[in-house]
Amino acid sequence: MKLKYESQSVAKLYFMAAIGLFVGQIIFGVILGLQYVWGDFLFPAIPFNVARMVHTNLLIVWLLFGFMGAAYYLVPEESQRELYSTKLAKILFWIFLIAGAAIVASYLLIPYARLAELTGNEYFPTMGREFLEQPTIGKVGIVVVALGFLFNIGMTILSGRKTVINMILLTGLAGLALFFLFAFYVPDNLVLDKYFWWFVVHLWVEGVWELILASLLAFVLIKVTGVDRELIEKWLYIIVAMALISGLIGTGHHFFYIGTPDYWLWLGSIFSALEPIPFFMLTLFAFNVVNKRRREHPNKAATLWALGTAVMSFLGAGVWGFLHTLAPVNYYTHGSQITAAHGHMAFYGAYVMVVLTIISYAMPIMRGRKANPMRAQVVEMWSFWLMTVGMVFITLFLTGAGILQVYLQRLTDTPLPFMVVQEKLAVFFWMREAAGLVFLIGLIIYVISFFVKGEEIEG
Amino acid sequence: MKETFTKGMARNIYYGGSLFFFLAFIGLTVDTVNKLPKTDNREAITEVVAFGKSVWEKNDCVGCHTLLGEGAYFAPELGNVYMRFGKSTEAIKAFIKSRPVDGIPGRRSMPQFNLTEEELEGLAQFLKYASGIDTHNWPPNIQG
Ligand code: HEM
Ligand code: HEM
Ligand SMILES: [Fe+2]
Repeated sequence: MKLKYESQSVAKLYFMAAIGLFVGQIIFGVILGLQYVWGDFLFPAIPFNVARMVHTNLLIVWLLFGFMGAAYYLVPEESQRELYSTKLAKILFWIFLIAGAAIVASYLLIPYARLAELTGNEYFPTMGREFLEQPTIGKVGIVVVALGFLFNIGMTILSGRKTVINMILLTGLAGLALFFLFAFYVPDNLVLDKYFWWFVVHLWVEGVWELILASLLAFVLIKVTGVDRELIEKWLYIIVAMALISGLIGTGHHFFYIGTPDYWLWLGSIFSALEPIPFFMLTLFAFNVVNKRRREHPNKAATLWALGTAVMSFLGAGVWGFLHTLAPVNYYTHGSQITAAHGHMAFYGAYVMVVLTIISYAMPIMRGRKANPMRAQVVEMWSFWLMTVGMVFITLFLTGAGILQVYLQRLTDTPLPFMVVQEKLAVFFWMREAAGLVFLIGLIIYVISFFVKGEEIEG
Repeated sequence: MKETFTKGMARNIYYGGSLFFFLAFIGLTVDTVNKLPKTDNREAITEVVAFGKSVWEKNDCVGCHTLLGEGAYFAPELGNVYMRFGKSTEAIKAFIKSRPVDGIPGRRSMPQFNLTEEELEGLAQFLKYASGIDTHNWPPNIQG
């Protein structure tokens, strides 16, 4: 099987980088998990905060690689033309890879405060905020790459066939770049600072990224099921409509206890309580479409990833999000292990899994076959289950830790100090670490699956 | 979905709904920014406090601690640490200064940041300012 458009193959670079950085992310996740129970592990060489920024920044960077690769693969096919510029896509790839690697390496090699001095943070301070730890110059680099990428994708779509899928994807990607600009706004006023920090974080994962998620999933579902576009597009519109209708004002679930006006207690609770709806619809949509399939696509692994994304994003974002989103509940759970539990399953279920879905679908085609040999697919499906079950248990153990933490530290008549409570949670943190190792093993098997040979499948 | 519900209707809900709620969100943001002076303790933001915030960021304190419930969950909440430490900026400074360079065997320990007196004072004043923000009585108790 050959690619419909040659330029699509540039996606391969992006996907390989994504998987490589994913491995790095998880290694640091396991280090962090160990530091929770073995406090001076790697101390003072790699303090917790440094390991954490490596873990989270690698996550964001590899997901961005994944989104960009997905767009480079999908957009030519949807637009029915070659990419506007393959060369630009390649140049931007190397810039982003080198910049990303340099940022992460600098965290590990230079004390953070020194890094701030070296990069002139005092002249244009943007460092030292969660997820946005990159030196200012690194953030500028991200913007440059994002703009170049958008230009490339935009030119392709605007001069080609405009489908619902590629228009919604483009809107999501443009929104991603737009809201990132709030990373440059760091006022002295802590409340203002926090308020607009959420314009990056919340409006990404519970706003524009959902557009990317839904359009990528819709694309893969069309391909593997052969179901009529009309039906898929109708679903797609409604899902992204519900995502924005609930998710924009839903930002208010972060404005309960940070010094913002009272009305957010109501608005944030009500609107964010609606946020599970688009995730639930995504699940209905995926199963509905797969049940109506008009063909048996030989890539079983891709279908499994697609259905897995639909289920796990609903569990992680929808169910675990709802768990702590109402203001009276959030009063007790705010900033606890419950938050960490939800953050993990939501990121994995929605964004990690959708990137792995499109990789699973597109990578075999870019390697010249419609689907991988069955043996390779079986290995890939094993990795699916190990990673997914690993994540389910990470989430369950953190939730257990969180419930106990909330009780001992915030609910009883004799609240205990934070550090005392942490010691009592150690058994949960050990179990989380074990589940994390299962996840890591799953990931290693995932990487191996790319090298498993076997009988070619007829397309 | 039923045939009576057409793609055109779905598209209109998407465009109309998103635009409406986007504008509503901007409106609420303007209103919030206007109302913040009542709750955000801005009168306490001196030059020292602003400098303290930059020290907070430069050392990525939020990579271990929460501040008003946001950040990392590895170390205690600091939005109310000024209260927890008996409203003493000196106690906060003494704590930060006294962290052992090589940590504590087997246990979590805060790094020794080797801060200057000026940086310590800034941090302590910044945390004092943070404790004065009206957070609807969060955290539930002094333990954070
Ligand atoms: C795929 C979508 C989502 C992702 C990736 C995600 C991820 C996260 C992350 C990483 C945090 C922690 C932020 C921090 O460090 O402070 C967080 C917080 C939160 N999320 Fe989500 N989330 C998603 C969807 C949702 C949904 C749909 C809801 C509600 C129904 C929700 C409710 C919350 C709440 C209430 C908090 C604040 C927790 C606290 O007060 O500590 N999330 N989310
Ligand atoms: C694909 C899988 C993973 C994703 C998407 C992911 C994502 C994240 C995110 C978004 C955060 C920030 C948490 C927050 O603010 O709520 C985080 C923190 C963390 N992650 Fe992961 N992670 C993954 C795997 C792992 C694994 C396997 C482990 C360890 C066994 C791990 C351990 C940690 C720890 C200990 C933190 C710090 C939480 C804290 O601040 O106290 N992660 N991760
Ligand atoms: Fe949110």
